[in-house]
Amino acid sequence: MGALFIRDARLGLRAGGGALVGILFFLAVIAVVPFGVGPDLKLLARIGAAMLWIGALLATLLGLDRLFQADRDDGSLDILIMASDRHMLTLTVLVKCLAHWTVSVLPLVVAAPLLGLFMNMEPVAIAATTLTLLVGTPAITLIGAVGAAVAVSLPRGGLLVSVIVLPLTIPVLIFGVSASYGAIEDPAPFLAPFLILGAITLFFSVLGPWAAAAALKSSTD
Amino acid sequence: MSNVASKSGRWIDLANPTRFLNLAGSVLPWLGGITLITLAIGFWMSMTAPDDYQQGSTVKIMFIHVPFAWLSMMCYTVMSIAALGTLVWRHPLADVAAKAAAPIGAVFTALALITGSLWGKPMWGTWWVWDARLTSVFVLFLMYLGVIALTRAMGDPAKSAKVTAILTLVGFVNIPIIKFSVDWWNTLHQPASVIRMGGSTLDSSYLWPLLIMAIGFTLLFFTLHIMAMRNEIWRRRVTAMRRIAARSAERKVG
Repeated sequence: MGALFIRDARLGLRAGGGALVGILFFLAVIAVVPFGVGPDLKLLARIGAAMLWIGALLATLLGLDRLFQADRDDGSLDILIMASDRHMLTLTVLVKCLAHWTVSVLPLVVAAPLLGLFMNMEPVAIAATTLTLLVGTPAITLIGAVGAAVAVSLPRGGLLVSVIVLPLTIPVLIFGVSASYGAIEDPAPFLAPFLILGAITLFFSVLGPWAAAAALKSSTD
Repeated sequence: MSNVASKSGRWIDLANPTRFLNLAGSVLPWLGGITLITLAIGFWMSMTAPDDYQQGSTVKIMFIHVPFAWLSMMCYTVMSIAALGTLVWRHPLADVAAKAAAPIGAVFTALALITGSLWGKPMWGTWWVWDARLTSVFVLFLMYLGVIALTRAMGDPAKSAKVTAILTLVGFVNIPIIKFSVDWWNTLHQPASVIRMGGSTLDSSYLWPLLIMAIGFTLLFFTLHIMAMRNEIWRRRVTAMRRIAARSAERKVG
């Protein structure tokens, strides 16, 4: 399992792995926002947390179709599925998700504070948003694993994965943004939505790999 | 014991598509007739129901809006049960049932959203608000479309059956959220008033037309569902026959 994690991480980091493209996409989305809503710094500070979340959500979805596609193309996915009597396939999928998250989503979280400065957000708001992204984005990857596994046998599944996954990620977005706002606005609580966000991540870390493994198994036979 | 055996025997009987087609053929005229009669009675009762002292005649939108909303959730539940049927019992017709139910459910959800927004304009003064129930029903609509897109994207029904079933079951998480959204969050949409502890808050002059309309639309759903399943079976047979014909033609040429 450790070897699989390192292998996936290396493949992701190598040129063409898509990790860098995800950050660039995130950067581009955030840079487009001021053009859309105007350079009013007060307004940008208000919607900043929401924009960072939406940008991170879209950038995460962008790389999801690669989660199993490359492995399917070179046949190693079949080997992983065949080895499922030694290593539980659910666990394999979980490790693959973690590697994918570390390589292509964690950089987004690291880049978020810098982009928060662009949006003229307060330091507390930036810290809160980064923290919620850190806790919430694994849920997006884990939900996305289901979509990626379902669409793995399709030739052009990339767009379909986004369409399928996006409705399911809405709760993550809701609680992530409300926790970020809870940190800056006084009456709104921070801890309650934050804990729910953590609960969603834990819930989908069980359900996501399990469903994805079932979909992968059925895609081979 | 024998009772259970005969019951499961009947379900297995239905696994044979020909038997299902025979059953559908004999049931459909009756079901369709009862649906028409119930809906006619329901429409007549809704038309003659008294106007509300606050809402005027717009209250009558309720008689179609509420059944549509109920059915949008029921249809997804039917699809989830069918998905379980595909994954657990490997019932051959479960996949057909799930595939046939998805477009019907999407239409019912769309109608619930449209009638709701038509009702919301005079009552709330706006076509649309992003409150919990409206948003979660909209998400349900998107999920129906996602399931339909996935089924259409895969040409081979044997392949698409399982993955669609998995996606349907994962999406079922949304149904309790819709049901209890009005209790969990304090929103513009009113909380459940028909079925709840301590009896209905609805006056009987509204309750009866509503219930009959709900039964009528439920019957309509099952009629359409069985018809769609029959179409799907026929479509698969035609595809299979075309393949056989093409293969035999090839053999003759070769």
